Amino acid sequence: MFLKVSLYISLVIFLLALIYKVASWFRYRIGIGAEKISTSTRVFSAVKGILSTIFSAKILTLLKVFVLDVLLQFRILRENFLRWVMHIFIYGGFMLLLLMHALDKTITVALWKDYIPTLNPFMFLRDLFGAMVIVGVIIAIFRRFILKVPRLFSNAMDVYAILIVAIIMLSGIFLEATKMVAYSDYKRMADEYSGLSDPEELKSLEAYWVKEFGTISPNLKEPFDEKILAKGKELHESSCAGCHARPQWAFTGYGAAKIISPFGLGIDRAHLPRYLWYLHVLACMIGLAYLPFSKMFHIFASSISLLANGVIGKEKLAPANRATLQAMELDACTHCGTCSLRCSVMMAFEEIANTNILPSEKIASVKALASGKELSPRELRHIQEGVTLCTNCYRCTVVCPAGINLQDLWFHVRETLLQKGYPELLVLSPLSFYRGLMKEETVWKDYEKPLIQAREAIAAQCDLMKRKDKVLPLTPTNKTLQGGLNLSSQAKTFSACFGCQTCTTVCPVVGNYKNPQEALGLLPHQIMHAAGLGLRDLAFGSNMLWDCLTCYQCQEQCPQGVHVTDVLYELKNLAVKQVREKTLLSMGRK
Amino acid sequence: MMEFALFLGCTIPARLNQYESSSRAVLKKLGVGWVDIREFNCCGYPLRNIDFKVFILSSARNLALAEKKHLNVMTLCKCCYGSLKKADYLMKENDSLKKEVNATLEKEGLTYEGRIEVKHLLSVLHQEIGLESIKEKMSTTFKGLRIATHYGCHALRPSQVVGFDNPVAPSLFDQLVEVTGAESIEWPMKLECCGAPLWGINDKLSMDLTLKKLTDGKKSGADYICAACPYCHIQFDQVQKMILSQRDVNHPLPSILYTQLLGLSMGIDKKALGLDMNEIPISGIEELLKKETELAEEKELAAQKETKKETASTKG
Repeated sequence: MFLKVSLYISLVIFLLALIYKVASWFRYRIGIGAEKISTSTRVFSAVKGILSTIFSAKILTLLKVFVLDVLLQFRILRENFLRWVMHIFIYGGFMLLLLMHALDKTITVALWKDYIPTLNPFMFLRDLFGAMVIVGVIIAIFRRFILKVPRLFSNAMDVYAILIVAIIMLSGIFLEATKMVAYSDYKRMADEYSGLSDPEELKSLEAYWVKEFGTISPNLKEPFDEKILAKGKELHESSCAGCHARPQWAFTGYGAAKIISPFGLGIDRAHLPRYLWYLHVLACMIGLAYLPFSKMFHIFASSISLLANGVIGKEKLAPANRATLQAMELDACTHCGTCSLRCSVMMAFEEIANTNILPSEKIASVKALASGKELSPRELRHIQEGVTLCTNCYRCTVVCPAGINLQDLWFHVRETLLQKGYPELLVLSPLSFYRGLMKEETVWKDYEKPLIQAREAIAAQCDLMKRKDKVLPLTPTNKTLQGGLNLSSQAKTFSACFGCQTCTTVCPVVGNYKNPQEALGLLPHQIMHAAGLGLRDLAFGSNMLWDCLTCYQCQEQCPQGVHVTDVLYELKNLAVKQVREKTLLSMGRK
Repeated sequence: MMEFALFLGCTIPARLNQYESSSRAVLKKLGVGWVDIREFNCCGYPLRNIDFKVFILSSARNLALAEKKHLNVMTLCKCCYGSLKKADYLMKENDSLKKEVNATLEKEGLTYEGRIEVKHLLSVLHQEIGLESIKEKMSTTFKGLRIATHYGCHALRPSQVVGFDNPVAPSLFDQLVEVTGAESIEWPMKLECCGAPLWGINDKLSMDLTLKKLTDGKKSGADYICAACPYCHIQFDQVQKMILSQRDVNHPLPSILYTQLLGLSMGIDKKALGLDMNEIPISGIEELLKKETELAEEKELAAQKETKKETASTKG
């Protein structure tokens, strides 16, 4: 009764949640142009896409991906053998337990007519599968909480996932163990199946079970007479063995039974097996009902992601389908951390306190963003910085065990945020190279906008640039600027500049303009001079700084050994830092 | 066998597969071994514009990974080369910086002591293998092909740090190009920047500079411009294509990667060289390879090679 009621309740919750989650794949707005596509168009487009794939030669690719990546998980194997063992043990063991043990009355019985759970191979296999899961869970705990892997984070969902699997497994093993030691369970079996009534015979059988199988009897204690044991063995073989293999075959339960045997009588009197059964069933049902909300949902979403991305490959996707795919991929993430461990800019996280730099952490923020949740300006800015601080090397996509096209996700989120977001100074670095290459392939709202916004944000903080008639004192006005030019010990050389203008003469950027000062503001030699005078506004506010090619012509030719390019680099660093700090300050703490 | 830690960086695997495949094919033919270190990250080049610390940490982590395996680093990208060289230089020069960087790297069991060397593919070919050994692997040479060599800023400058070649009058790349039988032309803007560092930041300026350089190469009589850097090549290929469609220009100067050029004269399969993957077609270059019948006249060929060698040495 309890089993049925709880099963139906959790199944209903599970199904409703499943519908809700799948619906969100079509509702969440993500990426360039997604806002304009209606949910119905997306559903229609997805159905069309799926059908046209299934009824084409691509079905073979799907099958291949299903076997290699979904079932055998080659993508994890390629990444790390131990992690593959971990995952295949947890997932393989759990799936087999689900099919053979949890659904035994429908599946196992149908396949093997003479299925009896207490007979081998079933009894042994059940414990073997359970042991596999336990080993997997131990590796998972070891990887996440004992090995101190830099930049690998574990969140509440990871803990929950490990916990729920561990509770289901341990409650199952201890349920089996307590039943092995419990006298009442032995008694029930003896009464039901042995058909014995002679007290002497019953005593011999009981003695045999106490001696051989770890039953803790309140009546009998070792040592036993050889004759009684021989008789007991004979009775066991004739009455029990036909339906009950030696409990030792259930090795995890038997091992646990040995540990708890000193408390055997108490365990039985306290009805512990019954409580453990409730715990085991309840944990399974909670696991089922909560599955769509937990990271365990990846069982479905990751499989779909692998299959979908497996057939899509490098093809161009219809915008409606890409929006749906990207929303679905957010659920496919298992937070395994592979992307962050392989991310090309992971070291940025060591210096810049923003978890959104790491792809595995970015996903959660992007999910919140896509769901339409109200995010604070600070949160939005952090996401924007995270998706922009990216070399577009595609490595996260290549290594993702769930086959998520992370690169494309970042690209789309980045562009939507840059279009409506806060000024982002990172776009004034070669990280924008890829954005420039993509500008003809994507529908842009306004390609130039983020670039203009960034320069305006700097200009807004450089008052002096606007007041050109202001008379300046000759003493350095900003000593912190000069002190700041000390990042690499190269930039300090600006003080050796004697204003010969060689740097400016050889600069190809200066040479590109008829009236360079109008286009660029201060020219290289003037920026060196501004650094010398501590004129922060003039140095930061000059386009020259941001239009520097870093071709090193100036530095190479400088007769005074001024590291002109290095000074420009460090001035940019200081400007980025100061504008960032000011923006964050203006946003408050949240 | 010579062995290097092959540093591909971010751009090549993501956007220029033909450079990777053609380099591997050429290196294999020349008997150069390599190790792919999966843990490598960004060389730090784009990050240097944002945060110096992020740059040096990223760059030094790569050096530390290679040092752990006792391997010298070979880059295919000039910007990676420049960045790694710079980091190597600073780590050797600035002790307090080195300590600080290593303190962070030690969290993952890494440290950089400066025991390895950073080399670009071209320096490996020129110095470690040598022109003579490359010549031995040639199956055919080009005839009547005029190449404009593009050195790349971050390989040449700052010369104090990179030590690639003479920063004012370099010849290493020209010699490598001439090994293939092609003529390396003299052109005024040879050592100028390709414009790529500003692509995506100030596209107009970037295109101005690229176009100026390409026009100069074309005017000087080049058939192709040749680069050995993904940024430069993409700028001369993909971006040039955009320039051609946006500005009224109708004289493209197609870009060929050096490994494609060398691979062709080594008789390496066209597919491995990815000739079809360039945006501006370069397949016409195959017609300039000497026909096999011509190769039969071996005496003449040997004589030609002799004279070429002489001119090369007088130039060098």
